[in-house]
Amino acid sequence: MAHIRAHRVLPGFGLSLGFTLAYLSLIVLVPLAAVFLKTITLTPEAFWQTVSAPRVVASYRLTFGTSLLAAAINVVFGLLLAWSLVRYRFPGKRLVDALVDLPFALPTAVAGISLTALYAKNGWLGQYLEPLGIKVAFTPLGVLVALIFIGLPFVVRTVQPVLEDLDTEIEEAAASLGAGRWQTVWRVVLPTLLPALLTGFALAFARAVGEYGSVIFIAGNLPMVSEITPLIIITKLEQYDYTGATAVAAVMLVASFVLLLTINGLQGWTDRRAARNG
Amino acid sequence: MQSGFEGWGRLLAYAVLGASYLFLMSVVALAQTSILNVSYDVSRELYKDINPAFIADWKAKTGETITVNQSHGGSSKQALSVAAGLDADVVTMNQAPDIDILVERGGYVAADWRKRLPHDATPYTTTTVFLVRKGNPKGIKDWDDLTRPGFQVILPNPKTSGNGRYTYLAAWGYALDRSKSETAARDFVAKLFANVPVLDGGGRGATTTFTQRDTGDVLVTFENEAIAIGSELGTDKFEIVYPSLSVEAAAPVAMVEKVVDKKGTRKAATAYLEFLFSPAAQEIIAGHAFRPRDEAVLRKFASRFPAIKTFSVVQAFGSWREVQAKHFADGAIYDQIIVKR
Amino acid sequence: MAGAATALGGLRGAARFEANTATRDPAWVKGLVLSLSLGFFLLFLLLPLIAVFVEALRRGWSVYLAALIEPDAVSAIRLTLLTAAIAVPLNLVFGIAAAWTITKFDFRGKQMLITFIDLPFSVSPVIAGLIYVLVFGAQGWFGPWLGEHGIKIIFAVPGIVLATVFVTFPFVARELIPLMQAQGRDEEEAALVLGASGWQMFRKITLPNIKWALLYGVILCNARAMGEFGAVSVVSGHIRGVTNTMPLHVEILYNEYQFAAAFAVASLLALLALVTLAVKTYVEWRASQTAQPGEVP
Repeated sequence: MAHIRAHRVLPGFGLSLGFTLAYLSLIVLVPLAAVFLKTITLTPEAFWQTVSAPRVVASYRLTFGTSLLAAAINVVFGLLLAWSLVRYRFPGKRLVDALVDLPFALPTAVAGISLTALYAKNGWLGQYLEPLGIKVAFTPLGVLVALIFIGLPFVVRTVQPVLEDLDTEIEEAAASLGAGRWQTVWRVVLPTLLPALLTGFALAFARAVGEYGSVIFIAGNLPMVSEITPLIIITKLEQYDYTGATAVAAVMLVASFVLLLTINGLQGWTDRRAARNG
Repeated sequence: MQSGFEGWGRLLAYAVLGASYLFLMSVVALAQTSILNVSYDVSRELYKDINPAFIADWKAKTGETITVNQSHGGSSKQALSVAAGLDADVVTMNQAPDIDILVERGGYVAADWRKRLPHDATPYTTTTVFLVRKGNPKGIKDWDDLTRPGFQVILPNPKTSGNGRYTYLAAWGYALDRSKSETAARDFVAKLFANVPVLDGGGRGATTTFTQRDTGDVLVTFENEAIAIGSELGTDKFEIVYPSLSVEAAAPVAMVEKVVDKKGTRKAATAYLEFLFSPAAQEIIAGHAFRPRDEAVLRKFASRFPAIKTFSVVQAFGSWREVQAKHFADGAIYDQIIVKR
Repeated sequence: MAGAATALGGLRGAARFEANTATRDPAWVKGLVLSLSLGFFLLFLLLPLIAVFVEALRRGWSVYLAALIEPDAVSAIRLTLLTAAIAVPLNLVFGIAAAWTITKFDFRGKQMLITFIDLPFSVSPVIAGLIYVLVFGAQGWFGPWLGEHGIKIIFAVPGIVLATVFVTFPFVARELIPLMQAQGRDEEEAALVLGASGWQMFRKITLPNIKWALLYGVILCNARAMGEFGAVSVVSGHIRGVTNTMPLHVEILYNEYQFAAAFAVASLLALLALVTLAVKTYVEWRASQTAQPGEVP
């Protein structure tokens, strides 16, 4: 009976919560707050002028546009890859399964120089693409390739477990009711995977928007054409335009926060879906 | 099995203690007998050779062992890093404003730094030249060719690199010399920059764009960089074109007073800068295709450096201060040109 | 990211699907899907990996080895190891504390806390570097005070460590939270009822339960800590041999046309990535082995 209290409440709440909050504030929240505090030293007009300069707007368009496209491409091929890994037997599957996470583990700078070596005019792939009139390295297409690389595992790894847990009975039922295979997949399987696909899409998108290391090597960094927003921040920093860099950073931070909330909402949806099906 | 985890907690505690200790140690890192040379982008190879020579020289003279560290990047960016707290003992830049700014922002460098060393504290010069692909397929001879429509000119960002700034000034000076008209010079430079597809942050980035990325018809850069590209990447791929008139780019050096006083490295830093003017260092400088100040060394390497007509920034523009205010300040001519592009 | 830990043992199920007529795809569909997905895999994942090693060895083993034992490379390797040795344990302890708070207790604002912990995932690394410049730089909040006291954060090792801690912040916590949520609180509560002290309970119940997820989180955290480029690049100052980490060294070599050397250092990082993946695969396998007997009560 003496343990009644302990039975209800495990020890260490104060300590662990206190430590978590202190560490979180020190490392993340206070420094991030610096961005907004620095931004409000600008007048609204100056802020608007900085974040809506043509070159900056062009970089938003490139960053968000290619990130969306890369995430969309990853949804399609990530789904195919997840499907192959879960549903089919094929040689080398273990290896493929392990290597899907490569972009998580490979430093972005390494990915950047490697992709550049592949897609440059005289590179492994570039030499065949160039005669066809396809330029990848140092164009927006190069940005897209890099973003596809870093985003792929997000989709595969969110879809794969859901696909694995999917009850075969549903498909059996659909088949026994006379649905064709294609109909079953389209009407029964895909809707179940939808939350996971959207979560994977959002994760890949969020990661792509902030990506720097792999992109700068392959992008060519042409103002108005292939200059991503993180690079704008760096360029402003190099000219020691701290307020300008901070203003653009504030815009990106708000975008990331919105994305993050979306992702958390989507993940909640996926979990609820999974709980219902399980 | 259970006892295996007894160790886990302890291991965890040790790991955290160790990590905290390492972190604190790195915060209060002890001052070492080392000096830091903060320099511009394309001087990497030069100082890589000069430093060992200086270290040996210092050892011979004082018996002390010293380390020289290097940091490279776009010249203006590097200067501002020093102003922002990068602990440079000496700065070796490619244009005077990047040292003047350290005088203005917090008095890092003595106001009379030009007087403290020979030749206005510039141990060597170079000039702005063109690098074209082998055989000069586009037939580039002079600055006029660079303004031809549909032509791609690669040069680094004048806002962040001295290299780009000299190119801008060389083009301006050439046009002014031809037309004697400021408006015509401005139009000429605007046309040239309209042909620039990429603005890299530093000279080295521009080189990579031109040589590795096969972008552009001509690279406008320092003579030393152009010669180095030939020897690094093969003379069979590129050739240098000397324009009829160019700018003399003298590379200034200075000591960072605040830092040497804090670190107690004044003697070594002074010796380092003086060493740059010694015949030994001048030979290394010439070896890296910079034009040395030492007459004897220059004569020895004469075959490397074709005669070229140059003007100095002070001759053509009055002073760096005027150049800065008129051309490169926020909203000044360069900004106007680049936005319209 | 969060889903990665739960993707366990994709191999067992495939035969089950292929044996069942309701879930079996026609051979041509299988062929098409496999060639599309594997072609994509080959083009976007495998080829870049192979390219790193081929380019690294292009000029032969002697150039390769020379690039790795060169003093600047050695000091870059040392700094990278040091950074990881500091950042990983700090985030490990934080991860455990955060996961413990979130999964073992109910309190208001929990969802907000989780969102904040995730924040570094979606913040661009460049911004991660920028925020520390704003706080500790010469013109920053604490810059003047730090300057007076001779403490260097930005353009020095502490800044690099801080930026690395930031970008690797959520890795351990994110791996632990779903697992500990699923495990519930019963075992710990039982231990306490049986008279164990809080520390004993943690060591004998919690740690063994979460060890694989913990290890997995640590591996990912370590891989990212050693490979971080953007954030570190902003705060480093790029002093050769002093504040250059391996990824920054790769960039410097690349910009000096020493491509073989750049790829040589890059290949070390790629090897690290492969080891990370191997350990991860092993950990997942072990976790799936222990998961089944563990699910008894």
